[in-house]
Amino acid sequence: MLNSDPNLMDLSTHEVEQIAELAKVGMTPEEIEVMRGQMSDILDRFKALSEVDTEGVETTAHPSGVVSVLRDDVPEQGLTRSEALSNAPRTQGEFVRVRAVLD
Amino acid sequence: MSKTITDKPAWGLTIHEARAALDGGQTTSQELTASVMARIEAVEPTIKAFVTVTGDRAMQQARRADDRIAAGEAGPLTGIPLQLKDNMSTQDIATTCSSRMLENFVPPYDATVAAKLQSAGAVLVGKGNMDEFAMGSSTENSAFFPTRNPHDTNRVPGGSSGGPAAAVSAGEALFSLGSDTGGSIRQPASLCGVVGLKPTYGLVSRYGLVAFASSLDQIGPFTRDVEDAALVLSELAGHDPRDATSINGPVPDYASALTGDVRGLKIGVPKEYFPEGMGPGVESAVRAGLDVLAGLGAEIVETSLPHTMHALAVYYIIAPSEASSNLARYDGVKYGYSGEDETMWGALARTRQEGFGPEVKRRIMLGTYALSAGYYDAYYLKAQKVRTIIRNEFAEAFSKFDLLATPTSPSVAFELGAKTADPVSMYLNDIFTMPANIAGIPAISVPAGKVDGLPVGLQLMAPHLGEETLLRAAHAYERAADHNMDPSL
Repeated sequence: MLNSDPNLMDLSTHEVEQIAELAKVGMTPEEIEVMRGQMSDILDRFKALSEVDTEGVETTAHPSGVVSVLRDDVPEQGLTRSEALSNAPRTQGEFVRVRAVLD
Repeated sequence: MSKTITDKPAWGLTIHEARAALDGGQTTSQELTASVMARIEAVEPTIKAFVTVTGDRAMQQARRADDRIAAGEAGPLTGIPLQLKDNMSTQDIATTCSSRMLENFVPPYDATVAAKLQSAGAVLVGKGNMDEFAMGSSTENSAFFPTRNPHDTNRVPGGSSGGPAAAVSAGEALFSLGSDTGGSIRQPASLCGVVGLKPTYGLVSRYGLVAFASSLDQIGPFTRDVEDAALVLSELAGHDPRDATSINGPVPDYASALTGDVRGLKIGVPKEYFPEGMGPGVESAVRAGLDVLAGLGAEIVETSLPHTMHALAVYYIIAPSEASSNLARYDGVKYGYSGEDETMWGALARTRQEGFGPEVKRRIMLGTYALSAGYYDAYYLKAQKVRTIIRNEFAEAFSKFDLLATPTSPSVAFELGAKTADPVSMYLNDIFTMPANIAGIPAISVPAGKVDGLPVGLQLMAPHLGEETLLRAAHAYERAADHNMDPSL
């Protein structure tokens, strides 16, 4: 949880660093500062939303009206292994190669 | 109804004009494709509408199309050169999203729209430049190069589908496909003087479209006239089991809806779409367009959509939230750019630092913030509720009106660099187009003439699956207004 009042739109440097960490986007201190100013400015524009009365209003997740589509449980031919691996930056044999997840 | 082709070069034809010439034996797909390729060679150094040009492959497809035509097996799009925005997967052809992240990505499969159009015999001449991951309104966010407006090459073509809009305007393809999340088809169509259609959400499959904001994204055509838009939509529309949001229902023949008759059609004009401070000339061009529709027998009525003012905030919470989730897949492991670092987490952050440009990072950051614990209710949940209110407001309007008419964009094409320093001023370009995505309804931008040599677009919006009425009115307007939108390129 980020510690600040939602009504106070000016983000702190620390908050922006935390968001970048959550989003896994590397940023230099200079980029963090630019982002802090721009995000604060944009979030400030959203303040008016809090004034809209949404008491008893349902949410809209998407507008097509289609819900819970399932296909028949029948196997289909998907990508071949070589196709699936064709864009992987690092492979080894029939596998995608990744860096160690645990130290 | 179709004009002869003698008065313009083959690359300048509409689809239906080219169809008549191909079927009548006056030209071949190979001649038509060669004409388009020569046009690309001539203007592309200036316009830069393409990330990839697929010349040799296109000529092979043109030969096969000519065989089909000779065998009497041609459909409406057989042999017609097209471009696709570079966020639609094309098997064995790079699909970059104009991003360093996907610069070397070569999909092993076709998007449904790419497969449909190519199996219909259309000829793919290349992939269109765009704002990176479709985030932007000027195509200046392309990681590779900006695209220029064929009407004034010091100005932007709009965005995010600036490449497709410019290509169709400049004669580098007879039609193109774009994607529209908040206006990315209609706004560049307006700025480049072509027709841009965003269909009802779910009418056209999104399978193979690189995801930006999944509840808002929709694919649609850029064409030189409304009849062409109807022809292309008839090929694109229809249920796709590979897209879970795809609508399962009958697909009408949209071209047969173009009767030219709009008598008695009730068209609402919401006053919130004509704010003070709009670009000079835009309002008068759009009002003149409404007079044309009135002259044809449509009933034009002023109305109000008071929650329109909240669309910008709703959009800029929902779209970045969905983007931050969709773009989490770019981890440098399965495909795409991969940054170097000793640790797994370090490499992930480096991949995304080096692979994404500033606007994409800004959206990911905004979305991550809006979805984070403690802010979710105040931002994302609130935006989803106001989304319902905006949808209901449209539903109520469409109980009184057949269509709504507005300007497509508050301004004509602006100069390169004019809005890049201020993200919010760039976001405001889409203020009139975002509401249709929020509500999931269809909307079209049709050329409404020029102001000081720069195109203006008239936007029409229709209720859910109201494409036939939408196209009918746009077509009737286009024929009556008879604007010449050719660039002096």
